[in-house]
Amino acid sequence: MTDKPFIDIRHAAKSYGSLEVLKDISLQVKKGQIVAIIGPSGSGKSTLLRAINDLDPLTGGEIWLEDMQINKTLPHRQYEKHINHVRQQIGMVFQHFNLFPHLTVRENITLAPKMLKGISDDEANTLAEEQLDRVGLLERIDYYPSQLSGGQKQRVAIARALAMKPKVMLFDEATSALDPELVEEVNLVMKKLAEEHMTMIIVTHEMGFAESVCDRVLFMDQGVVVEEGAPEVIFKNPKNERTQNFLRKHLGG
Amino acid sequence: MGLDFTVVPGYLDALFLGALWTVAITLSAAVLSFFGGIGLAVIALYAPAIVRYPFRLLAWLFMGTPLLLQLFLIYFGLIQIGVDLPAFVAGVIGLGLHFAVYNSDIIQSGILAVDKGQHEGARTLGLSNGQTIRKIVVPQAVRTVIPPIGNNMIALLKDSALVSVIGVTELTLSSQLAISKTFRPFEFYLAAAAFYYVINLGLETVLRRIERSVQISR
Repeated sequence: MTDKPFIDIRHAAKSYGSLEVLKDISLQVKKGQIVAIIGPSGSGKSTLLRAINDLDPLTGGEIWLEDMQINKTLPHRQYEKHINHVRQQIGMVFQHFNLFPHLTVRENITLAPKMLKGISDDEANTLAEEQLDRVGLLERIDYYPSQLSGGQKQRVAIARALAMKPKVMLFDEATSALDPELVEEVNLVMKKLAEEHMTMIIVTHEMGFAESVCDRVLFMDQGVVVEEGAPEVIFKNPKNERTQNFLRKHLGG
Repeated sequence: MGLDFTVVPGYLDALFLGALWTVAITLSAAVLSFFGGIGLAVIALYAPAIVRYPFRLLAWLFMGTPLLLQLFLIYFGLIQIGVDLPAFVAGVIGLGLHFAVYNSDIIQSGILAVDKGQHEGARTLGLSNGQTIRKIVVPQAVRTVIPPIGNNMIALLKDSALVSVIGVTELTLSSQLAISKTFRPFEFYLAAAAFYYVINLGLETVLRRIERSVQISR
């Protein structure tokens, strides 16, 4: 069972007209694994991540979550039902948080569980408190997003995603929009999730974070996976010249 | 013949009653135009073409023809096809739909101005498109467009005078009735103007309060 991939990306391809942004990418992520995707901007790493919950649908290939194909071709109505069901199981965290500014922190977290899982107000409140406690922001439960710092917003966004009890979490440059001194608090939350064996796929520019937290690192460039392996291999001893160049620029070495 | 305002107090009761009708018709039409505006905006942006186009045609009709004519059509015209509406109801429908079309334009731009990330944030949690529009997009859009919609509501209050022509005894018609008995148009039209002004002040206060209470700081 442990050998079976949890997330299975098979020959993923995506193109906008003649522009190919993903070229035949395959990736298997096992339960509890933490995979980092690094690469220059425009390399397709965010597109790949966003394809996993079909925000950016692929034009070729398949993506599976356990025994369920995510990017199925279905009549519109059935597809909507299917994809909403899939997305409830996949948490996603965005660069710009995407918190709902007209709702309090509590409401941001309880909205989806209440609407989609039909839980009671009491259960929803308990859930919000649990998840906020997990990211260390319980005392901000009745604040509005505008009253929070960037780091706090992102932690709330993580709590909001976790409240759906997802099987896997996707992070799309979760710390890229943050002031440098706020990055650490978000990284700490992500590290904590890693220690709890949450399956995670992380698109990041934080090489240090990727190296310390992830089990595997993929280096993407121009729509292909150029190199992948354990972090110590990719960061200390990359084989491919493109990887070497990229890391030299990013690590300043 | 000079001005003689001493005739006015004798008709204050009637004017006051007329003012109440003006308030009633304005508020009813405002509510209809607000929710109708949201409905029309959602249809214009999200409904399939087969639904969208008939509604667009309707919107054109309401925008491109005089409100007065629309009131005539609804009150006098519909009777011929068996729809006999009380004047008040016909007035509310006419004013409400007319301003719903204007509100819809504003709300559409408000919806389009909501950040795409909001939609994505909601969809990734598993909310359906409809749930996202209802719970996330429209509430934010409505908040940002409250000020321009408020301006429409003030225009609506003033245009409510038009329903006097289909026999709703609101403020304008009340003053005309008083004039027909006293032959003192200047005094009574001024009195009516004063009433409108006071109602307008009240409406503005309410609107400002609504604006403040729904404001979202980003």
